[in-house]
Amino acid sequence: MSTPTEVATAVKAAAPKASAAPQDEITLIANKWKNKRGSLIMALHDLQSRVGYVPRESAMKLGHLMDVPLARIYEVVTFYNYFKLEAPGKYVISVCLGTACHIKGSAELLSGMEKELKIKEGQSTPDKEYHLQAVRCLGCCGLAPLVSVNGKVYAKLKTNESSHVIERIQIDKPMAVADAEDLAD
Amino acid sequence: MKPEELEVRAAAELAKQQAFDVCLFTCSSRGCQSSDALGVIAGLKAEVKARQLDAKVQVNGSGCMGLCSKGPLVRMCSKTQKDILFSEIKPEMAGAIMEQAVVPVLAGSKIEKPGGDLEQHTLDLNDPFFTMQEFSVLENNGKMDPEKLEDYIARNGYRALRKALGMSAEEICQEVLASGLRGRGGAGFPTGLKWDLTRNVPSDVKYIICNGDEGDPGAFMDGSVLEGDPHAVIEGMLIAARAMHATHGVFYIRAEYPLAVERVEKALRQARAAGLVGKNVLDSGWAFDFEMRLGAGAFVCGEETALIASIEGKRGTPRPRPPFPAVKGLWDQPSCINNVETLANVPLILLRGAKWFASRGTEESKGTKLFALTGKSKNNGLVEVPMGMTLRDVVEKIGGGTDSGLKIKAIQTGGPSGGMIPEHEFDTPVSYENLHKLGSMMGSGGMIVIDENDSVVELAQFYLDFCVDESCGKCAPCRIGGTQMLHLLNKIVEGKGTLEDIRTIRKVAKAMQKASLCALGQTAPNPTLSAIRHFEHEFTERLLPAATTKD
Repeated sequence: MSTPTEVATAVKAAAPKASAAPQDEITLIANKWKNKRGSLIMALHDLQSRVGYVPRESAMKLGHLMDVPLARIYEVVTFYNYFKLEAPGKYVISVCLGTACHIKGSAELLSGMEKELKIKEGQSTPDKEYHLQAVRCLGCCGLAPLVSVNGKVYAKLKTNESSHVIERIQIDKPMAVADAEDLAD
Repeated sequence: MKPEELEVRAAAELAKQQAFDVCLFTCSSRGCQSSDALGVIAGLKAEVKARQLDAKVQVNGSGCMGLCSKGPLVRMCSKTQKDILFSEIKPEMAGAIMEQAVVPVLAGSKIEKPGGDLEQHTLDLNDPFFTMQEFSVLENNGKMDPEKLEDYIARNGYRALRKALGMSAEEICQEVLASGLRGRGGAGFPTGLKWDLTRNVPSDVKYIICNGDEGDPGAFMDGSVLEGDPHAVIEGMLIAARAMHATHGVFYIRAEYPLAVERVEKALRQARAAGLVGKNVLDSGWAFDFEMRLGAGAFVCGEETALIASIEGKRGTPRPRPPFPAVKGLWDQPSCINNVETLANVPLILLRGAKWFASRGTEESKGTKLFALTGKSKNNGLVEVPMGMTLRDVVEKIGGGTDSGLKIKAIQTGGPSGGMIPEHEFDTPVSYENLHKLGSMMGSGGMIVIDENDSVVELAQFYLDFCVDESCGKCAPCRIGGTQMLHLLNKIVEGKGTLEDIRTIRKVAKAMQKASLCALGQTAPNPTLSAIRHFEHEFTERLLPAATTKD
């Protein structure tokens, strides 16, 4: 039997990333970009690549450090599709809806996923295990239709293979790789 | 680096490469990486090491070799025989490649097609897919490692820059103008003229910007060029900078292409360390450097003024032109924005001359064009063809027809801004003007093949839905017009439309084309209009039964 502490450690290790970036990381991001003109989007990229989304408190802190009003940050974050305002699930399933994938039946693949996971596109499962999203084009059109999970691509799928992909996720357990770029760069 | 050093380093690298008897190039671009190309490279390296063939066999990554649907691709090159191209290779097949191909070749045998398991993994290089293409922008792909500066230098890299450093800005502009190179992002504005316009605006600060946003869903040419030959784009930008006295370079690349970003950043670090970029470019006393900016998923940012707003860290909304970016661009300074493929053509033009470039193509469209051939095409992937080749040759010979065996109904070029071209127009030679005449456009180079089972009405709906979603909302014609058009199109798709709805679509489309602020809104109606133009019966068939008779 495991001790309660062991269980707690294991649960903590398996849990999704913390809801906000550590404060000192935000300071590093702000320091990296604040003296470069027009670098708000780049700073937000750095933030999202670490936390998976743009948490409100992190945005506030970043804005404070970079001297950018929160409204400006939200203006940008809500304009661009790439930025997320809510924590995604552990496995972010991106179904490509680019034209090549569309022609090869990606809409069917997506609705299969929705049924399988019992959520709609743009939502996460209640246990936060999966987040389902549609994306525009991942640029692997030769392999259409395809689904990318935390960066791992499942290609040349059949339109009825939704459950197969989900099974594969549980076997492969693809994890998002944090941006390797050094903040102090 | 001193200019003469380029030759020295090239010679040294060539000598090093020639010492190998066999080279194995594995495509390490995005598509093949997603099918574990890196595992294949690791597998091959381990096999070479285990057999102690390190001195004889070189294992490298390479840029995209075109046939993305058959990846990962591995090309075996040897001095003693023709290349062999392997397809759909898995890491565990590395041993078979060594046993059935590499080792026999090292022993002096000539191999046409390896036997055993590899036989069905060997592509016929005499297939029209390979023989009918003309590689110039892609000529390094499959033949060098994009992550190695020395490989690029060995293949004449940065020689064009050296030449440009000895030319006046005006001379460079003239050379590029004479070549007939036009913007490969889609609009087709003469590149030399664009440079000359920027050159003639006096300013202490000027920007040259590389547009690597490639927002067209179903297109991946620019990403592939950035991944497969990043130094060529950097060299093109350096030359462009000389041509217009630019002081800063900016790469704007979409964030969905992390590998392209990584490759360009790596290439920039290498070029800086070698003195090709930075404080003293090729020992000429000229200082020039680059910055990297990422897109964040907004199709409208392919538009020049929206792209500039995005680099400035703002929402990517366009503004009215004039003033054009050549006069007032990034941070209100004169700026020139060129597409990736355009820039990749520049070193070739300087090195081989405007005449060479202009010798291919039609009267108004010169050189080659990259296309991302996808959809129902049998051969899916990245292709480069000379301008002037007929669409039929591209789709039927290079593309090999459809994978379904069904008849091709049409192709769609130019993505959400382009249009559909029916099969009976396929004998048209590829050029900016010809595609425009057919109600489509060159666009950045997406080419989607649809077969007779696909509905053009639904494809038009797909594109319009995309444009409505991507409209930045700044101007009313695009924001409201697009939504209204989509509403009517949805009605038709659902079988509730009337002839009046088709007429209204045409009217709204006209207003959008005339009154929208930027190209997104002006061109958003194109797929729908071209679909109505060439396939009106598919629309009328879907109308309310009473509607057709009543009208």
